[in-house]
Amino acid sequence: MSPLLEARGIWKRFGAEDVLKGVDLSVAPRECLVLLGPSGSGKSTLLRCLNLLEPISSGSIRFKGEEIAQARRKSAVQIRRQIGMVFQNFELFQHLTAEDNVALAPMRVNGETPQRARELARQLLCKVHLPDKAGAYPDELSGGQQQRVAIARALAMQPSLILYDEPTSALDPETVGEVLRVMQELAEEGMTSIVVTHEMNFARRAASQVVFIDDGQIAHRATATEFFSGCVPDRVARFLGKIAA
Amino acid sequence: MPLFSPALLLHYLCSGPFIHGAMITLLISLVSLCLGIVVGLLLAVAQQVPFRPVRSLVVGYLWLFRGTPVLLQLVFAFNVLPGFGIVLPGFACAVLALGLNEGAYMCEIMRSGIRAVGPGQRLAARALGIEEWQIMLWVVLPQALRIVIPPIGNQFISMLKVSAMVSVIGTQELLLTADQAASMNFRYLEALSAAGIWYLALTTLFMGVQHMIERACRRRGKVESPRLSLIAPTADLEAAR
Repeated sequence: MSPLLEARGIWKRFGAEDVLKGVDLSVAPRECLVLLGPSGSGKSTLLRCLNLLEPISSGSIRFKGEEIAQARRKSAVQIRRQIGMVFQNFELFQHLTAEDNVALAPMRVNGETPQRARELARQLLCKVHLPDKAGAYPDELSGGQQQRVAIARALAMQPSLILYDEPTSALDPETVGEVLRVMQELAEEGMTSIVVTHEMNFARRAASQVVFIDDGQIAHRATATEFFSGCVPDRVARFLGKIAA
Repeated sequence: MPLFSPALLLHYLCSGPFIHGAMITLLISLVSLCLGIVVGLLLAVAQQVPFRPVRSLVVGYLWLFRGTPVLLQLVFAFNVLPGFGIVLPGFACAVLALGLNEGAYMCEIMRSGIRAVGPGQRLAARALGIEEWQIMLWVVLPQALRIVIPPIGNQFISMLKVSAMVSVIGTQELLLTADQAASMNFRYLEALSAAGIWYLALTTLFMGVQHMIERACRRRGKVESPRLSLIAPTADLEAAR
Protein backbone atom coordinates (compact mmCIF):
# COMPACT_ATOMS: atom_id res chain seq x y z
CA MET A 1 0.00 0.00 0.00
CA SER A 2 1.33 3.47 -0.77
CA PRO A 3 2.34 5.35 2.35
CA LEU A 4 0.05 8.00 3.84
CA LEU A 5 3.03 9.96 5.07
CA GLU A 6 6.57 9.54 3.91
CA ALA A 7 9.53 11.53 5.19
CA ARG A 8 12.91 11.39 3.48
CA GLY A 9 16.16 12.78 4.77
CA ILE A 10 14.61 15.11 7.33
CA TRP A 11 17.28 17.45 8.61
CA LYS A 12 16.49 19.96 11.34
CA ARG A 13 18.95 22.49 12.65
CA PHE A 14 18.33 24.76 15.64
CA GLY A 15 21.09 27.35 15.47
CA ALA A 16 24.34 25.42 15.49
CA GLU A 17 22.76 22.21 16.72
CA ASP A 18 21.57 19.44 14.42
CA VAL A 19 18.53 17.89 16.08
CA LEU A 20 17.50 15.62 13.22
CA LYS A 21 20.13 14.25 10.87
CA GLY A 22 18.52 12.70 7.86
CA VAL A 23 15.52 10.80 9.22
CA ASP A 24 13.49 8.54 6.89
CA LEU A 25 10.07 7.49 8.05
CA SER A 26 7.03 6.08 6.35
CA VAL A 27 3.61 5.19 7.65
CA ALA A 28 0.93 3.39 5.64
CA PRO A 29 -2.81 3.91 6.11
CA ARG A 30 -4.21 2.09 9.18
CA GLU A 31 -0.73 1.60 10.54
CA CYS A 32 0.44 2.47 14.06
CA LEU A 33 4.07 3.48 14.19
CA VAL A 34 5.69 3.62 17.61
CA LEU A 35 8.65 5.93 17.94
CA LEU A 36 11.09 5.11 20.72
CA GLY A 37 14.23 6.77 21.90
CA PRO A 38 16.03 8.42 24.81
CA SER A 39 15.00 11.94 25.79
CA GLY A 40 16.62 14.60 23.66
CA SER A 41 16.92 12.24 20.71
CA GLY A 42 14.66 14.42 18.56
CA LYS A 43 11.36 12.48 18.72
CA SER A 44 9.16 15.44 19.59
CA THR A 45 10.92 17.66 17.07
CA LEU A 46 10.34 15.02 14.41
CA LEU A 47 6.59 14.98 15.14
CA ARG A 48 6.41 18.76 14.94
CA CYS A 49 8.24 18.71 11.65
CA LEU A 50 5.82 16.16 10.24
CA ASN A 51 2.77 18.39 10.76
CA LEU A 52 4.72 21.49 9.73
CA LEU A 53 4.69 23.15 13.15
CA GLU A 54 8.46 23.36 12.70
CA PRO A 55 9.98 24.08 9.29
CA ILE A 56 12.63 21.54 8.33
CA SER A 57 16.10 22.57 7.22
CA SER A 58 16.17 20.07 4.37
CA GLY A 59 14.47 16.88 3.26
CA SER A 60 11.13 15.90 1.86
CA ILE A 61 7.75 15.11 3.42
CA ARG A 62 5.07 13.57 1.25
CA PHE A 63 1.54 13.44 2.63
CA LYS A 64 -1.10 11.63 0.56
CA GLY A 65 1.38 11.60 -2.28
CA GLU A 66 2.00 15.34 -2.27
CA GLU A 67 5.16 17.13 -1.26
CA ILE A 68 4.36 19.35 1.74
CA ALA A 69 7.75 20.18 3.27
CA GLN A 70 7.97 23.53 1.50
CA ALA A 71 4.27 24.35 1.83
CA ARG A 72 3.49 28.00 2.27
CA ARG A 73 1.89 29.18 5.49
CA LYS A 74 -1.62 29.08 4.06
CA SER A 75 -1.43 25.52 2.78
CA ALA A 76 0.46 24.40 5.89
CA VAL A 77 -2.63 25.41 7.89
CA GLN A 78 -4.77 23.30 5.53
CA ILE A 79 -2.50 20.29 5.97
CA ARG A 80 -2.47 20.53 9.75
CA ARG A 81 -6.25 20.21 9.68
CA GLN A 82 -5.77 16.68 8.36
CA ILE A 83 -3.18 15.71 10.97
CA GLY A 84 -4.28 15.58 14.58
CA MET A 85 -1.83 16.07 17.42
CA VAL A 86 -1.93 15.08 21.08
CA PHE A 87 0.52 16.67 23.49
CA GLN A 88 2.28 15.46 26.59
CA ASN A 89 0.70 18.25 28.67
CA PHE A 90 -2.75 17.97 27.02
CA GLU A 91 -2.89 21.72 26.32
CA LEU A 92 -6.66 21.84 26.58
CA PHE A 93 -8.03 25.37 26.26
CA GLN A 94 -8.45 26.29 29.89
CA HIS A 95 -11.34 28.70 29.40
CA LEU A 96 -13.54 26.20 27.57
CA THR A 97 -15.53 23.17 28.69
CA ALA A 98 -14.55 19.72 27.42
CA GLU A 99 -17.32 19.93 24.84
CA ASP A 100 -16.26 23.39 23.62
CA ASN A 101 -12.61 22.32 23.46
CA VAL A 102 -13.65 19.64 21.00
CA ALA A 103 -16.13 21.88 19.17
CA LEU A 104 -13.81 24.88 18.71
CA ALA A 105 -11.99 23.80 15.55
CA PRO A 106 -15.09 22.43 13.74
CA MET A 107 -16.82 25.71 14.54
CA ARG A 108 -14.03 28.15 13.71
CA VAL A 109 -12.33 26.23 10.93
CA ASN A 110 -15.12 24.31 9.22
CA GLY A 111 -17.81 26.88 9.97
CA GLU A 112 -20.08 24.33 11.66
CA THR A 113 -23.00 25.76 13.60
CA PRO A 114 -22.47 25.66 17.37
CA GLN A 115 -25.26 23.08 17.74
CA ARG A 116 -23.79 20.69 15.20
CA ALA A 117 -20.24 21.21 16.45
CA ARG A 118 -21.33 20.46 20.03
CA GLU A 119 -23.27 17.42 18.92
CA LEU A 120 -20.15 16.12 17.18
CA ALA A 121 -18.17 16.96 20.31
CA ARG A 122 -20.53 14.92 22.50
CA GLN A 123 -20.26 11.96 20.14
CA LEU A 124 -16.48 12.12 20.29
CA LEU A 125 -16.52 12.45 24.07
CA CYS A 126 -18.56 9.23 24.14
CA LYS A 127 -15.96 7.62 21.93
CA VAL A 128 -13.25 8.43 24.47
CA HIS A 129 -15.54 7.18 27.26
CA LEU A 130 -16.31 10.58 28.76
CA PRO A 131 -20.03 10.94 27.99
CA ASP A 132 -20.79 12.74 31.26
CA LYS A 133 -17.93 15.27 31.21
CA ALA A 134 -19.11 17.51 28.38
CA GLY A 135 -19.69 20.47 30.69
CA ALA A 136 -16.55 20.07 32.79
CA TYR A 137 -13.65 22.51 32.57
CA PRO A 138 -10.13 21.13 32.15
CA ASP A 139 -9.15 21.88 35.75
CA GLU A 140 -12.08 19.81 36.96
CA LEU A 141 -10.79 16.72 35.15
CA SER A 142 -8.06 14.23 36.02
CA GLY A 143 -5.00 14.02 33.81
CA GLY A 144 -6.26 10.91 32.09
CA GLN A 145 -9.63 12.51 31.42
CA GLN A 146 -7.99 15.66 30.09
CA GLN A 147 -5.84 13.64 27.72
CA ARG A 148 -8.89 11.77 26.46
CA VAL A 149 -10.63 15.11 25.80
CA ALA A 150 -7.49 16.16 23.93
CA ILE A 151 -7.75 13.02 21.79
CA ALA A 152 -11.41 13.82 21.08
CA ARG A 153 -10.36 17.35 20.15
CA ALA A 154 -7.81 15.99 17.69
CA LEU A 155 -10.44 13.64 16.21
CA ALA A 156 -12.91 16.50 15.73
CA MET A 157 -11.20 17.62 12.54
CA GLN A 158 -11.51 14.06 11.18
CA PRO A 159 -7.78 13.74 10.56
CA SER A 160 -6.22 11.02 8.41
CA LEU A 161 -3.33 10.74 10.85
CA ILE A 162 -2.80 11.38 14.55
CA LEU A 163 0.53 12.23 16.12
CA TYR A 164 0.85 11.45 19.84
CA ASP A 165 3.74 13.17 21.62
CA GLU A 166 4.37 11.18 24.82
CA PRO A 167 0.65 11.17 25.62
CA THR A 168 0.99 9.36 28.94
CA SER A 169 4.26 10.77 30.29
CA ALA A 170 2.59 13.47 32.37
CA LEU A 171 -0.07 11.17 33.82
CA ASP A 172 -0.48 9.50 37.18
CA PRO A 173 0.18 5.79 36.77
CA GLU A 174 -3.43 4.87 37.52
CA THR A 175 -4.81 6.95 34.63
CA VAL A 176 -2.30 5.81 32.00
CA GLY A 177 -4.34 2.72 31.18
CA GLU A 178 -7.55 4.56 30.24
CA VAL A 179 -5.68 6.74 27.74
CA LEU A 180 -3.80 3.84 26.19
CA ARG A 181 -7.07 1.93 25.90
CA VAL A 182 -8.61 4.73 23.84
CA MET A 183 -5.50 4.96 21.67
CA GLN A 184 -5.55 1.22 21.10
CA GLU A 185 -9.24 1.23 20.20
CA LEU A 186 -8.60 3.97 17.65
CA ALA A 187 -5.67 2.04 16.20
CA GLU A 188 -7.83 -1.07 15.92
CA GLU A 189 -10.48 0.95 14.09
CA GLY A 190 -7.81 1.79 11.55
CA MET A 191 -6.79 5.28 12.67
CA THR A 192 -3.28 5.85 11.31
CA SER A 193 -0.99 7.06 14.05
CA ILE A 194 2.56 7.87 15.00
CA VAL A 195 3.12 7.50 18.72
CA VAL A 196 6.08 8.69 20.73
CA THR A 197 5.87 6.64 23.90
CA HIS A 198 7.78 4.53 26.37
CA GLU A 199 4.78 2.29 27.01
CA MET A 200 6.06 -1.02 25.68
CA ASN A 201 2.83 -2.81 26.50
CA PHE A 202 0.97 -0.44 24.23
CA ALA A 203 3.58 -0.94 21.52
CA ARG A 204 3.26 -4.70 21.88
CA ARG A 205 -0.54 -4.57 21.55
CA ALA A 206 -1.06 -1.84 18.98
CA ALA A 207 2.09 -1.14 16.99
CA SER A 208 2.66 -2.40 13.49
CA GLN A 209 6.07 -0.79 13.18
CA VAL A 210 8.64 0.24 15.78
CA VAL A 211 11.30 2.83 15.10
CA PHE A 212 14.15 3.59 17.49
CA ILE A 213 15.65 7.03 17.15
CA ASP A 214 18.87 8.11 18.80
CA ASP A 215 20.82 11.35 18.49
CA GLY A 216 18.68 12.58 15.60
CA GLN A 217 19.06 9.44 13.53
CA ILE A 218 17.13 6.25 13.12
CA ALA A 219 19.13 3.59 14.92
CA HIS A 220 16.81 0.66 14.38
CA ARG A 221 13.53 -0.09 12.68
CA ALA A 222 11.48 -3.25 12.67
CA THR A 223 7.98 -4.59 12.36
CA ALA A 224 6.39 -5.04 15.75
CA THR A 225 6.62 -8.82 15.47
CA GLU A 226 10.35 -8.71 14.77
CA PHE A 227 10.95 -6.11 17.45
CA PHE A 228 9.26 -8.07 20.20
CA SER A 229 10.70 -11.41 19.12
CA GLY A 230 13.79 -10.28 20.97
CA CYS A 231 16.51 -9.78 18.39
CA VAL A 232 17.29 -6.09 18.71
CA PRO A 233 20.69 -4.33 18.64
CA ASP A 234 22.51 -3.88 21.97
CA ARG A 235 21.88 -0.14 22.02
CA VAL A 236 18.11 -0.71 21.82
CA ALA A 237 18.18 -3.55 24.33
CA ARG A 238 20.00 -1.33 26.84
CA PHE A 239 17.38 1.39 26.35
CA LEU A 240 14.53 -1.08 26.81
CA GLY A 241 16.20 -2.39 29.93
CA LYS A 242 16.40 1.16 31.30
CA ILE A 243 12.76 2.05 30.72
CA ALA A 244 11.60 -1.30 32.11
CA ALA A 245 13.61 -0.73 35.29
CA MET B 1 -21.12 81.21 59.98
CA PRO B 2 -19.25 78.60 62.07
CA LEU B 3 -15.89 77.27 60.93
CA PHE B 4 -17.59 74.09 59.70
CA SER B 5 -21.22 73.86 58.72
CA PRO B 6 -22.55 70.28 58.42
CA ALA B 7 -25.77 71.64 56.95
CA LEU B 8 -23.91 73.31 54.11
CA LEU B 9 -21.89 70.13 53.47
CA LEU B 10 -25.10 68.13 53.28
CA HIS B 11 -26.62 70.76 51.03
CA TYR B 12 -23.66 70.55 48.64
CA LEU B 13 -23.66 66.77 48.68
CA CYS B 14 -27.25 66.60 47.53
CA SER B 15 -27.29 69.65 45.29
CA GLY B 16 -27.91 69.37 41.57
CA PRO B 17 -24.52 70.72 40.41
CA PHE B 18 -22.58 68.28 42.64
CA ILE B 19 -24.61 65.29 41.52
CA HIS B 20 -24.20 66.43 37.95
CA GLY B 21 -20.46 66.89 38.50
CA ALA B 22 -20.15 63.41 39.98
CA MET B 23 -21.99 61.93 37.02
CA ILE B 24 -19.69 63.78 34.61
CA THR B 25 -16.67 62.43 36.51
CA LEU B 26 -18.11 58.93 36.29
CA LEU B 27 -18.93 59.29 32.61
CA ILE B 28 -15.50 60.68 31.69
CA SER B 29 -13.83 57.86 33.61
CA LEU B 30 -15.98 55.14 32.06
CA VAL B 31 -15.69 56.38 28.48
CA SER B 32 -11.95 57.05 28.82
CA LEU B 33 -11.43 53.59 30.27
CA CYS B 34 -13.34 51.97 27.41
CA LEU B 35 -11.30 53.94 24.88
CA GLY B 36 -8.17 52.98 26.79
CA ILE B 37 -9.11 49.28 26.70
CA VAL B 38 -9.77 49.39 22.95
CA VAL B 39 -6.54 51.28 22.24
CA GLY B 40 -4.56 49.09 24.64
CA LEU B 41 -5.90 45.89 23.13
CA LEU B 42 -5.14 47.05 19.60
CA LEU B 43 -1.63 48.09 20.62
CA ALA B 44 -0.99 44.82 22.45
CA VAL B 45 -2.19 42.75 19.49
CA ALA B 46 -0.17 44.94 17.10
CA GLN B 47 2.89 44.15 19.22
CA GLN B 48 2.44 40.47 18.39
CA VAL B 49 2.49 41.11 14.64
CA PRO B 50 5.65 39.69 13.06
CA PHE B 51 6.26 42.92 11.13
CA ARG B 52 8.78 45.32 12.57
CA PRO B 53 7.40 48.73 11.46
CA VAL B 54 4.10 47.97 13.22
CA ARG B 55 5.89 47.10 16.44
CA SER B 56 8.02 50.25 16.17
CA LEU B 57 4.87 52.35 15.88
CA VAL B 58 3.57 50.80 19.10
CA VAL B 59 6.85 51.53 20.86
CA GLY B 60 6.68 55.12 19.64
CA TYR B 61 3.14 55.47 20.95
CA LEU B 62 4.08 54.11 24.38
CA TRP B 63 7.17 56.33 24.49
CA LEU B 64 5.13 59.44 23.69
CA PHE B 65 2.16 58.88 25.99
CA ARG B 66 4.03 57.46 28.93
CA GLY B 67 6.84 59.99 28.66
CA THR B 68 4.75 63.15 28.98
CA PRO B 69 2.36 64.27 31.76
CA VAL B 70 -1.34 63.53 31.30
CA LEU B 71 -2.02 67.14 32.21
CA LEU B 72 0.11 68.29 29.28
CA GLN B 73 -1.73 65.92 26.92
CA LEU B 74 -5.04 67.24 28.20
CA VAL B 75 -4.11 70.89 27.76
CA PHE B 76 -2.54 70.06 24.42
CA ALA B 77 -5.75 68.48 23.13
CA PHE B 78 -7.76 71.46 24.35
CA ASN B 79 -5.53 74.32 23.22
CA VAL B 80 -3.48 73.04 20.28
CA LEU B 81 -5.91 70.90 18.31
CA PRO B 82 -8.22 73.87 17.53
CA GLY B 83 -5.23 75.47 15.78
CA PHE B 84 -5.42 72.57 13.32
CA GLY B 85 -9.12 73.07 12.84
CA ILE B 86 -10.10 70.31 15.27
CA VAL B 87 -12.42 71.99 17.74
CA LEU B 88 -13.74 69.53 20.30
CA PRO B 89 -15.98 70.22 23.28
CA GLY B 90 -14.30 69.93 26.67
CA PHE B 91 -15.82 66.53 27.36
CA ALA B 92 -14.52 65.06 24.09
CA CYS B 93 -11.07 66.55 24.69
CA ALA B 94 -11.01 65.04 28.14
CA VAL B 95 -12.02 61.60 26.93
CA LEU B 96 -9.58 61.73 24.01
CA ALA B 97 -6.59 62.73 26.12
CA LEU B 98 -7.35 60.44 29.07
CA GLY B 99 -8.32 57.53 26.81
CA LEU B 100 -5.24 57.71 24.58
CA ASN B 101 -3.04 58.06 27.64
CA GLU B 102 -4.77 55.15 29.33
CA GLY B 103 -4.30 53.09 26.17
CA ALA B 104 -0.53 53.19 26.65
CA TYR B 105 -0.80 51.73 30.14
CA MET B 106 -3.55 49.33 29.16
CA CYS B 107 -1.30 48.02 26.38
CA GLU B 108 1.26 46.90 28.93
CA ILE B 109 -1.45 45.23 31.02
CA MET B 110 -2.91 43.46 27.98
CA ARG B 111 0.53 42.39 26.86
CA SER B 112 1.28 40.80 30.21
CA GLY B 113 -2.07 39.01 29.96
CA ILE B 114 -1.33 37.73 26.47
CA ARG B 115 2.10 36.59 27.60
CA ALA B 116 0.62 34.74 30.55
CA VAL B 117 -1.22 32.42 28.16
CA GLY B 118 1.31 29.64 27.64
CA PRO B 119 2.85 28.95 24.22
CA GLY B 120 1.45 25.40 24.39
CA GLN B 121 -2.08 26.75 24.03
CA ARG B 122 -1.14 28.43 20.76
CA LEU B 123 0.70 25.35 19.59
CA ALA B 124 -2.34 23.16 20.27
CA ALA B 125 -4.58 25.54 18.33
CA ARG B 126 -2.08 25.73 15.48
CA ALA B 127 -1.94 21.92 15.34
CA LEU B 128 -5.71 21.94 14.78
CA GLY B 129 -5.22 24.14 11.73
CA ILE B 130 -6.84 27.23 13.23
CA GLU B 131 -5.75 30.50 11.57
CA GLU B 132 -3.43 32.77 13.57
CA TRP B 133 -5.93 35.61 13.98
CA GLN B 134 -8.58 33.16 15.15
CA ILE B 135 -6.14 31.70 17.66
CA MET B 136 -5.68 35.22 19.04
CA LEU B 137 -9.44 35.82 19.10
CA TRP B 138 -10.75 32.51 20.44
CA VAL B 139 -7.87 31.02 22.41
CA VAL B 140 -5.44 33.69 23.61
CA LEU B 141 -7.56 36.79 24.25
CA PRO B 142 -10.37 35.10 26.23
CA GLN B 143 -7.77 33.72 28.63
CA ALA B 144 -5.69 36.91 28.66
CA LEU B 145 -8.70 39.10 29.41
CA ARG B 146 -9.59 37.05 32.44
CA ILE B 147 -6.06 37.53 33.73
CA VAL B 148 -6.20 41.30 33.26
CA ILE B 149 -9.54 41.94 34.97
CA PRO B 150 -7.98 42.81 38.37
CA PRO B 151 -5.44 45.30 36.96
CA ILE B 152 -8.14 46.87 34.77
CA GLY B 153 -10.23 47.41 37.90
CA ASN B 154 -7.29 49.20 39.49
CA GLN B 155 -6.87 51.36 36.40
CA PHE B 156 -10.52 52.38 36.60
CA ILE B 157 -10.24 53.46 40.21
CA SER B 158 -7.15 55.45 39.39
CA MET B 159 -8.98 56.94 36.39
CA LEU B 160 -11.78 58.22 38.63
CA LYS B 161 -9.20 60.32 40.47
CA VAL B 162 -7.09 61.34 37.48
CA SER B 163 -10.24 62.69 35.85
CA ALA B 164 -10.10 65.60 38.33
CA MET B 165 -7.42 67.10 36.07
CA VAL B 166 -10.08 67.68 33.48
CA SER B 167 -11.18 70.66 35.60
CA VAL B 168 -8.31 72.68 34.09
CA ILE B 169 -9.98 72.65 30.68
CA GLY B 170 -13.28 73.81 32.09
CA THR B 171 -15.28 70.60 31.99
CA GLN B 172 -17.89 70.65 34.71
CA GLU B 173 -16.79 67.58 36.59
CA LEU B 174 -16.75 67.12 40.31
CA LEU B 175 -13.66 69.10 41.30
CA LEU B 176 -14.46 72.13 39.14
CA THR B 177 -18.02 72.14 40.49
CA ALA B 178 -16.69 72.17 44.05
CA ASP B 179 -14.15 74.85 43.26
CA GLN B 180 -16.75 77.09 41.68
CA ALA B 181 -19.20 76.58 44.53
CA ALA B 182 -16.53 77.53 47.04
CA SER B 183 -15.33 80.58 45.17
CA MET B 184 -18.76 82.14 45.59
CA ASN B 185 -18.76 82.07 49.40
CA PHE B 186 -15.23 80.88 50.29
CA ARG B 187 -16.66 77.79 52.05
CA TYR B 188 -13.83 75.60 50.72
CA LEU B 189 -14.01 73.12 53.59
CA GLU B 190 -17.62 72.16 52.89
CA ALA B 191 -17.38 72.24 49.09
CA LEU B 192 -14.16 70.24 48.82
CA SER B 193 -15.33 67.81 51.52
CA ALA B 194 -18.52 67.23 49.54
CA ALA B 195 -16.45 66.52 46.42
CA GLY B 196 -14.17 64.24 48.43
CA ILE B 197 -17.12 62.28 49.77
CA TRP B 198 -18.45 61.84 46.23
CA TYR B 199 -15.06 60.57 45.06
CA LEU B 200 -14.92 58.13 47.96
CA ALA B 201 -18.44 56.96 47.20
CA LEU B 202 -17.58 56.32 43.57
CA THR B 203 -14.28 54.55 44.28
CA THR B 204 -15.86 52.44 47.03
CA LEU B 205 -18.68 51.48 44.71
CA PHE B 206 -16.24 50.36 42.06
CA MET B 207 -14.02 48.46 44.43
CA GLY B 208 -17.16 46.52 45.28
CA VAL B 209 -17.95 45.95 41.61
CA GLN B 210 -14.36 44.84 40.99
CA HIS B 211 -14.56 42.43 43.90
CA MET B 212 -17.77 40.94 42.53
CA ILE B 213 -16.35 40.53 39.02
CA GLU B 214 -13.24 38.82 40.36
CA ARG B 215 -15.32 36.47 42.46
CA ALA B 216 -17.52 35.66 39.48
CA CYS B 217 -14.40 34.90 37.46
CA ARG B 218 -13.21 32.43 40.01
CA ARG B 219 -16.49 30.57 39.77
CA ARG B 220 -16.28 29.00 36.35
CA GLY B 221 -19.88 29.01 35.28
CA LYS B 222 -20.21 32.75 35.71
CA VAL B 223 -17.13 33.70 33.80
CA GLU B 224 -18.93 34.25 30.52
CA SER B 225 -20.65 37.53 31.24
CA PRO B 226 -17.78 39.74 32.47
CA ARG B 227 -15.53 38.28 29.84
CA LEU B 228 -17.95 38.97 27.03
CA SER B 229 -18.35 42.59 28.00
CA LEU B 230 -14.59 43.01 27.94
CA ILE B 231 -14.34 41.27 24.59
CA ALA B 232 -16.49 43.95 22.98
CA PRO B 233 -13.46 45.73 21.48
CA THR B 234 -12.67 42.66 19.39
CA ALA B 235 -15.08 43.96 16.76
CA ASP B 236 -12.60 46.77 16.21
CA LEU B 237 -9.87 44.21 16.35
CA GLU B 238 -11.28 42.34 13.39
CA ALA B 239 -11.81 45.57 11.51
CA ALA B 240 -8.19 46.49 12.06
CA ARG B 241 -6.93 43.23 10.62
